[in-house]
Amino acid sequence: MTSPLLEILDLSVHFHTPEGIVCAVDRVNIALNSGETIGLVGESGCGKSVTSLAVLGLISSPPGRIAGGSILFDGRNLLALEGDRLRRIRGREISMIFQEPMTSLNPVLPIGRQVAEPLMVHKGFTKKEALELAAEWLDQVKIPAVRRRLNDYPHQLSGGMRQRVMIAMAMVCGPKLLIADEPTTALDVTIQAQILSLMVGLKEKSGMALLLITHDLGVVAQMVSRVMVMYAGQIVEAGGVSDLFDRPFHPYTQGLLRSMPRLGDPGKKRKRLNEIAGSVPLLTERFIGCRFADRCPYTFDLCRLQAPELTDVREGQVARCWLIFQPEKRSLNA
Amino acid sequence: MRLKSGLKNSHCICRPAETICVRPAGFLKMTRYLIKKLNAFALLLFLVSISVFSVLFVLPGDPAQIMLGINATPETLANLRRELGLDQPFWTQYLTWMANLLTGKGSRSLNYDMPVYDLILSCMAVTGPMALMAMIFAVIISLPLGIYAARHQNRPADVTVMFFTQLGLATPEFWLGILLILLLSVNLGWFAAGGFPGWRADFWGSLKALLLPAFALGVIRASILTRLTRSSMLEVLREDYVRTAWAKGLRERTVIYVHALRNALIPVLTIMGLQLGQLLAGAIIIENVYYLPGLGRLVFNAIGQRDLPVVRDVVLFMAVAVVVVNFIVDLTYATVDPRIRLE
Repeated sequence: MTSPLLEILDLSVHFHTPEGIVCAVDRVNIALNSGETIGLVGESGCGKSVTSLAVLGLISSPPGRIAGGSILFDGRNLLALEGDRLRRIRGREISMIFQEPMTSLNPVLPIGRQVAEPLMVHKGFTKKEALELAAEWLDQVKIPAVRRRLNDYPHQLSGGMRQRVMIAMAMVCGPKLLIADEPTTALDVTIQAQILSLMVGLKEKSGMALLLITHDLGVVAQMVSRVMVMYAGQIVEAGGVSDLFDRPFHPYTQGLLRSMPRLGDPGKKRKRLNEIAGSVPLLTERFIGCRFADRCPYTFDLCRLQAPELTDVREGQVARCWLIFQPEKRSLNA
Repeated sequence: MRLKSGLKNSHCICRPAETICVRPAGFLKMTRYLIKKLNAFALLLFLVSISVFSVLFVLPGDPAQIMLGINATPETLANLRRELGLDQPFWTQYLTWMANLLTGKGSRSLNYDMPVYDLILSCMAVTGPMALMAMIFAVIISLPLGIYAARHQNRPADVTVMFFTQLGLATPEFWLGILLILLLSVNLGWFAAGGFPGWRADFWGSLKALLLPAFALGVIRASILTRLTRSSMLEVLREDYVRTAWAKGLRERTVIYVHALRNALIPVLTIMGLQLGQLLAGAIIIENVYYLPGLGRLVFNAIGQRDLPVVRDVVLFMAVAVVVVNFIVDLTYATVDPRIRLE
């Protein structure tokens, strides 16, 4: 097996705020092979988006700062690339789709032009050729009556349509990697399904790799082969999607899965939806022990004294938890 | 279905769901917009004319007395007053004035004994170009500086720019005008200290004569515009769509000048419009400093001499100028921002 397409190694990102230094991402490792889809899951503020923005060098500095690590893409360290060389990777080899289709498109430029721009800047197409290709892509993402819509502005489109435009814009240059940061969060459920199936279709056709960032485990289950769960800036569990859903190890992952609403089995009494008690700790704090200790139902003394490292749970599944070493604690405290 | 709704009304039907958008008939919309604007314009002019006329009507000081001097006999005074129509009641005088304006006859200046229209025209040949030049100065100074400051927020370059704009805001323009005269005219002798040779007589000399006053006016206005451009840019640079533009791998100048600037320009345009209107109407002080035969000086002198027809017509003209400039700004908005519809 050759080296992965994208390899994030020990990435740490800090933000310098008046309240102190926020360690938004703490020594995160992600490896993604060509053509693979992995999901990065976690609740808001856990560092998923920051990780993805760091890949494209889009963390504004100040206040942000890459405090350590490296991001290897196709053999190049993205963090060491400067100016134009990084710019030529953005939008051409790595594309990104953002969460808010309402605000992520420029309100004063026609959508055709916005989709065509990467083609002009990266592939040297003339405006006319680029618009022609843009129209083809908009057609591929199933925007009806494309020709008439090339000169439409974002405010004339619905949210779902705008996200389709975003997808077309990300896809035009045929990227090797697409980072989708909560691509369906802002959309209606019916539109969500359409957008997801569209993305799956495009991915299969183009063979690109996909890094899907979401807090929606349902989306993950449908689309990805491997999942990484993030909590408070760290990856707390990672593994194949079926393993992780069937046999989650980390108490946080278990909590996440339990807090998903599902239609109860007939005959069983309906139960209240589970939640994970407490909230995400402030990342300005200095952590000594496990970051999840305050919310974990199984916390024991070691959890508060020393931070656990990612450790193999079984073949292809790792977790950051002391229970791996002292499994008996789970039954004691439960 | 689509055709029907297109005929029924010309409004754009944009459904939140993924339906087809019916485009309005642009021409019809534009015409309706223009008619609406013209109505508002006429009403505004009526109100301005009434208030100008009333103010001058109650103003102490008799034009006939000023024209004839203090030694005039009551009979000659009364004769002149009758001749000028000053003995007529308010509404008659007002209606005569309006009728003359609307029929294109216009009024005559008491002081210069020539049509006010000609006076305004000759003064606008000075004030108009000067206002435009001042705005050009203001724009070419403020936009690059504002953008630059925003790109280097809180760094020394930004702080320096902010310092000088603060200074500009605190400087009265007549004082800057005087300083420029002292430095560039008196000490260095590069420019004439004042006066205006006239476009026909000496084109380049006239242009040069307007350069210093336009610069003085422009620099002061640039201070406001620079700050506005900076803050507007800072806001826009944080927007999601600017992040999208970076993520697409666009060049910095495309991101800044195409994606960010167009959005940032909208508040800046508003102020530019106000400033241009203000410059057309109110460069009185600077015109006096540079001894320029502009509109400001015309109205200034006319007030002193109780040349009522001139005052009335010039004020009305200024109102028209401001409204026209604002109208142009409105049209520009719609070009810059497609979300703003002409309605």
